[in-house]
Amino acid sequence: MTLRQEIITIAMVVLGTMITRFLPFLLFPAGKPTPKYIQYLGQVLPGAVFALLVVYSLKSVNLLTGSHGIPELISLCLVVGLHLWKRQMLLSIAGGTICYMLLVQLVF
Amino acid sequence: MLQEKKTSSWTAALRAAFPYTIPIFAGFWFLSLTYGVSMSAAGFSFLYPMFMSMTIFAGSMEFVAVNLLQGAFDPIQTLLLTLMINARHLFYGISMLDKFRGTGWKKFYLIFGMCDESFSINYTADIPPEVDPGQFMFCVNLLNQLYWVSGSTIGGILGSFIVRGVNTQGLEFVMTAMFTVIFLEQWLKEKRHVSALLGLGLSTACLVLFGPDNFIIPSMIAILGALTLARGRLEVKEVACQ
Repeated sequence: MTLRQEIITIAMVVLGTMITRFLPFLLFPAGKPTPKYIQYLGQVLPGAVFALLVVYSLKSVNLLTGSHGIPELISLCLVVGLHLWKRQMLLSIAGGTICYMLLVQLVF
Repeated sequence: MLQEKKTSSWTAALRAAFPYTIPIFAGFWFLSLTYGVSMSAAGFSFLYPMFMSMTIFAGSMEFVAVNLLQGAFDPIQTLLLTLMINARHLFYGISMLDKFRGTGWKKFYLIFGMCDESFSINYTADIPPEVDPGQFMFCVNLLNQLYWVSGSTIGGILGSFIVRGVNTQGLEFVMTAMFTVIFLEQWLKEKRHVSALLGLGLSTACLVLFGPDNFIIPSMIAILGALTLARGRLEVKEVACQ
């Protein structure tokens, strides 16, 4: 690619990303009342979206090969357990991550 | 006097926001260094990852762009691919319509920098009452982007010369752990778990059916469809609760 083509390619990625971020705010501006259906979606979507993000961050785990997702499962249980016990975000995240690093580096 | 009050409230916002971004610092530094190194390995100057992190600021898309820049020039395909990969931002925007209201000039940057991590924190964080929500969310976005831009720039400069003194294998799990904690927080806050369970079930099913590279759009359509069908029940219940 020439420099000009590279700049256009990057500009297209910027444009695409910004469309997905700005579109809802352009379609439903603050000055006008938001349709009831969209308000409803705004209320119920986050629960599903956070679930989607968890699945998304685990998408490359293969249950059939390698370590069969066992280090992920153990570390996730620890994250959930720690969080229900102490409910301290940083502790749960650090505990789970350290556990995972030890498992993949030393055990699996 | 007014100026002083303003400065101190920004400091308070920064102080409240910083702890929430610590796990993101770890995750972003790891990922963005990797991204900078891979750009450098593909033969690009550090200016590329630096400017791309400033203007795109969407991690997974920037990794995809490394390949796009090395392939044949096809701007339309690039645009369509970006729209598909980043379509999940539409859901973030719809969820944030209310929270971004009244944030003034900060709103543009709040929307511009609305990556997965900033959205997750800004939606769920318990912002202290004395802190202005707009300033808090602005600080979260800004800190996250600083981590990302600095990491990818340094990765681009150092390239593969990065000293591997510490074994970082498995550090990427910090992102999974963070999303899990945020999911749990949302779960503990909401009265009904229909949406969370639908999200888990449908996106897992789509992952199995469509594979890791193509499951986001089908998941979004399935979630939207299911929540639309459940609207009558969910909304009626909501009113009954109040």
